[in-house]
Amino acid sequence: MLQRGSAAFGGLLLGGCDRLSQSPSFHRILSSAEQLTYRAQRLIVGQSLAREFTTADLSPVFRSNGTARPSSALYNQLLADNFDGWRLMVGGLVNRPLALSLAELRALPARTQITRHDCVEGWSAIGQWTGVPLGSVLAQAQLAPQARFIVLFSADELVRGDGGYYESIDLMDAFHPQTLLAYELNGRPLPVANGAPLRLRVERQLGYKQAKYLMRIEAVERLDGIAGGKGGYWEDRGYEWYAGI
Amino acid sequence: MSTPEIIRRHSLATRCLHWINALCVFLVLMSGLQIFNADPHLYWGQFGASPDRALLTIGAHGFPHWATLPAWQDLSTGRRWHFFFAWLLVFNTALYLLVSMMSGHVRRDLLPKRTEIAPAHIAHDIWNHLRLRFPKGAAAKHYNVLQKLSYVGVIFVLAPIILATGLTMSPGFDAACPWLLTLFGGRQSARTIHFAAAMLVALFILVHLIMVVLAGPWNEVRSMITGRYVVPPGKQS
Repeated sequence: MLQRGSAAFGGLLLGGCDRLSQSPSFHRILSSAEQLTYRAQRLIVGQSLAREFTTADLSPVFRSNGTARPSSALYNQLLADNFDGWRLMVGGLVNRPLALSLAELRALPARTQITRHDCVEGWSAIGQWTGVPLGSVLAQAQLAPQARFIVLFSADELVRGDGGYYESIDLMDAFHPQTLLAYELNGRPLPVANGAPLRLRVERQLGYKQAKYLMRIEAVERLDGIAGGKGGYWEDRGYEWYAGI
Repeated sequence: MSTPEIIRRHSLATRCLHWINALCVFLVLMSGLQIFNADPHLYWGQFGASPDRALLTIGAHGFPHWATLPAWQDLSTGRRWHFFFAWLLVFNTALYLLVSMMSGHVRRDLLPKRTEIAPAHIAHDIWNHLRLRFPKGAAAKHYNVLQKLSYVGVIFVLAPIILATGLTMSPGFDAACPWLLTLFGGRQSARTIHFAAAMLVALFILVHLIMVVLAGPWNEVRSMITGRYVVPPGKQS
């Protein structure tokens, strides 16, 4: 009887868990852990740097994930022209909006770092990134005092017509010295599969934060008015905005 | 016939924290398998992804759906369950340790005595367990050495390893404590150790439940709910 009882109890518990997984209010309770993680990590981690590796540690093949080549006509036109016509637009809550070409970005002081890329699925790859610290571009654009987040818009349209891939980070990550607008991987121009011409590297967070195919950067005060309102493509689909774990 | 001796087996704190922990452990194990299934390969070292050689691959799609939370493939919801109950588990276990150290539970009931860890004593206890002969009388009032070793192993060895390897998988936490990467030999090694240690906890739970059933489920479960435990009468008492 006890065995049958505990089996029935187990079944009820698990059936209950699955029903709870679909309940929006229970989801909100579970999601409260994200704030705890975010605050705890901001407190403990602060501005410390992600570990940097040596060329001996590089992954033989740096795996590409998600979109391997955006399908939009605009992106393919830019790619066909070797990104000559591409400009990174920097706007929103800034005093000096910018439109930077790839050559202009390459002329800015660069940083090279060998870091580990961690996918939310569980795997990791180590690559060498070269790019401009996002903080120096933002300093040029001069953030308005009410700016709290940096939103990065991608040319990647995972599902046609849904507004495309975007990501957002707070100012602590935006001005972190290892946060780059990267244009090189392993010493070569960024391959299309890894986000050509420019991608974000925000080293202390998971892979889905590292938006590829960047087109536009915007400084904003709030995230709830953009797309699904959760601050990113995967965030709008249930993933954590703070992806430090 | 003498009336059976009834003792207060577990303190109120132990009982409450045991059941909260039981719930948390089940939920983190099953949501952990959900997360594992997103990439059902294990690697060793700092990196590891599909182009690299895996140490171990489990099934084509990992664990079956009945073992995961939620029961369907849903990584984001699995992560929500995992981290919520991981936090609760950490708080609950920390409270358990604090209470148990202060009350003397750890020293008095959990840590094996010097005479108990003598190889002959342990071998004798294993032999008794294999014959399904459980302690009676006075000997049944405290944990036997195999119980003590397995509880101490889970609480003081597996639990800290699981917490530390879990944190090593966090790119944020790695920046604060890069020595964790050195200690475990990389994020992918840490993931493999996290998984192996979790499987050992699952094995512990399985054996624990079997022992409860064999030792007299009614008496054992009641002692963990109400605290009352009927001492099995024996010639030793």
